[in-house]
Amino acid sequence: MQVTRFPERASGPAERMAGFIAHLRMNGVPLGPAETGAALQALTHVEATDVDETRLALKTLLSPDADVWGKFDDLFNAYWFNKGAQKAGQASAHVRTQSARPMMWKDHLGDGPSEDGDGPADTMPGHSDEDAEGIDGRLIGTQSRNLTRRDLRELFDEADLQAAEKAAERLAHALRDRRSRRRKQAKRGEQLDMRRIQRASVARGGEPLDLFKRKRPDRPMNIIALTDVSGSMTVYSRVFLAFVRGLISRDTTAEAFLFHTRLMRVTDALRERDTLKAASRLSLMAEGFGGGTDIGGSLANFVDQYSARLNKRTVVLILSDGYCTGTPEKLGQSLNRIRQKAGRIVWLNPLLGWKDYEPVARAIQEALPHVDAHLPVNTIDALAALEPEFARL
Amino acid sequence: MTPYQELQSRLAETGYLANDSTAMALHLAQVLGRPLLLEGPAGVGKTEIAKALAQVLDTNLIRLQCYEGLDASQAIYEWNYQRQLLAIRADGTSEEQLFSEKYLLKRPLLQAISQETPAVLLLDEIDRADEEFEAYLLEILSDFQITIPELGTIQAKSRPHVILTANGTRDLSDALRRRCLYVYVDYPTQKEELAILSARMPEIGATLSKQIVHVVQAMRRDELEKKPGVAEMLDWAAALSGLGINDMTQTPEAVQATLVCLLKTATDRDAVPVEVLNRLLGKVA
Repeated sequence: MQVTRFPERASGPAERMAGFIAHLRMNGVPLGPAETGAALQALTHVEATDVDETRLALKTLLSPDADVWGKFDDLFNAYWFNKGAQKAGQASAHVRTQSARPMMWKDHLGDGPSEDGDGPADTMPGHSDEDAEGIDGRLIGTQSRNLTRRDLRELFDEADLQAAEKAAERLAHALRDRRSRRRKQAKRGEQLDMRRIQRASVARGGEPLDLFKRKRPDRPMNIIALTDVSGSMTVYSRVFLAFVRGLISRDTTAEAFLFHTRLMRVTDALRERDTLKAASRLSLMAEGFGGGTDIGGSLANFVDQYSARLNKRTVVLILSDGYCTGTPEKLGQSLNRIRQKAGRIVWLNPLLGWKDYEPVARAIQEALPHVDAHLPVNTIDALAALEPEFARL
Repeated sequence: MTPYQELQSRLAETGYLANDSTAMALHLAQVLGRPLLLEGPAGVGKTEIAKALAQVLDTNLIRLQCYEGLDASQAIYEWNYQRQLLAIRADGTSEEQLFSEKYLLKRPLLQAISQETPAVLLLDEIDRADEEFEAYLLEILSDFQITIPELGTIQAKSRPHVILTANGTRDLSDALRRRCLYVYVDYPTQKEELAILSARMPEIGATLSKQIVHVVQAMRRDELEKKPGVAEMLDWAAALSGLGINDMTQTPEAVQATLVCLLKTATDRDAVPVEVLNRLLGKVA
């Protein structure tokens, strides 16, 4: 493997490490200067000249979660072994040496960015490929910011967002679970928990000094939204994303995922209050948008990774048209697995609103027995109109 | 041999086979004095790591099992009211004496920082505890001191080696993740699992252990509701060797009966009928 040749100005390990941290940050790992210091300190405790040992040490130190843990080796190689500086297409799928461009939004939003910058090799012809520092570029960064600003204004324009949020809120309300009549202990409850007070008073010689409270537990349904952003869904993605954003911005337990040929968790990105930040975080996850769909595979992936989040109080919303390049059987299997863990599955299908549409596609045929409701949506109004349907669920 | 490999081989002596990344993380956690967060599916030996580390360091393992509603009186300290009352009734003990260490019930966190030699503190399934507790924990992990209103601030006598485990029931806060070293513990590879089996149960023959590991690995690739972990694999191995089985292909009924050790739900049991098992075993031979 070819070791990265750093430019002259990047002298000393401290600066290179800072560069590595910056490289990770650009790839969506939340790290700061404190981590640079910690990383350098950690290296004094291992054989820093041994690549494997350094990699292991930095991996355990700098990965915050399983996602990053999985792709850390690629990120490491990209920076220290010059892999990332190779021309686009050769580098590993995980690694990005430039800020992601919002290609994804182009098709999804109707008239997209007129020029979307080409790879760094084209825009900077005089640039040496060996110089990894230079490429992880500020230049590209600015370009992408301009584009995203415009796209996102269109995507989340105030009126749409508010309408979507309102619709989402009403739906979430309609889904509220009204089953529980029992009271559970709670720090700030409205009722005294006499049983516990008496039990605790024994320790105080019969004086009821500690007051325990109880209340009816707040049991909102957890919403998990899985949005299809493949090619066939481009027209609807905009309204759906706004809707999903509305759904999860009010509810801290809700989760949002996007899928096309693979699955991405976008909860944190969508929950970002600042639309610009949300945009740049979303575009970081944008690889492969608008292509084919593998609904079955994506859902299987979802159950594998996140099944711990599912319980009988979970409503899984799938926003998709059901056109799928994967095998329909796999879709059925995956839905069945979700079915066993989740409370309800609701399939929101934009095509269902069309006149003469019949769900005859094999994927949909395979999916229908497993879903609780198959409902039409194609505009925000349609979403809002779903409230009574949801209340009935 | 570098320090982390040394640690790895010492862990192996206790019967725990740590892979490179786990050993490195444990080594760094010790030299940097930072807590270590272990994530991964159930049954891959996250809790075992803490036990093995305590054994290697020859120190106490203090374990706090987290659950929803865990509060300070269970995690940190509580006054022993009964003893206090008895003391008042018996000889009219004064207030200062009442609120002394004698009447203090130390719960895991306080226990851990008041050890003479650094203990291993295991906070199991931290994601089950409430967010409030997580915030409190952060404070303790950064200052290593606990304030008891009646007694004053208790400084740590020694800094424990802190190990946290999580299963992904809830997202942990960024602050906690930043403070910790991180390891994602995955299911072992076929080779690693064979090594684990022979380390834990040397009495099992080569044929049987190969069959066991092969079947378990294949089951993990299947879409089961509850994938069998390492612990389940060891249970199954113990069951099979307890029945005196040396070759699974000879006694399919007994093998089928022992599958209760591996498959814990009705659907999973139905998903692995005899034919599937036989096919899996056929491949090993």
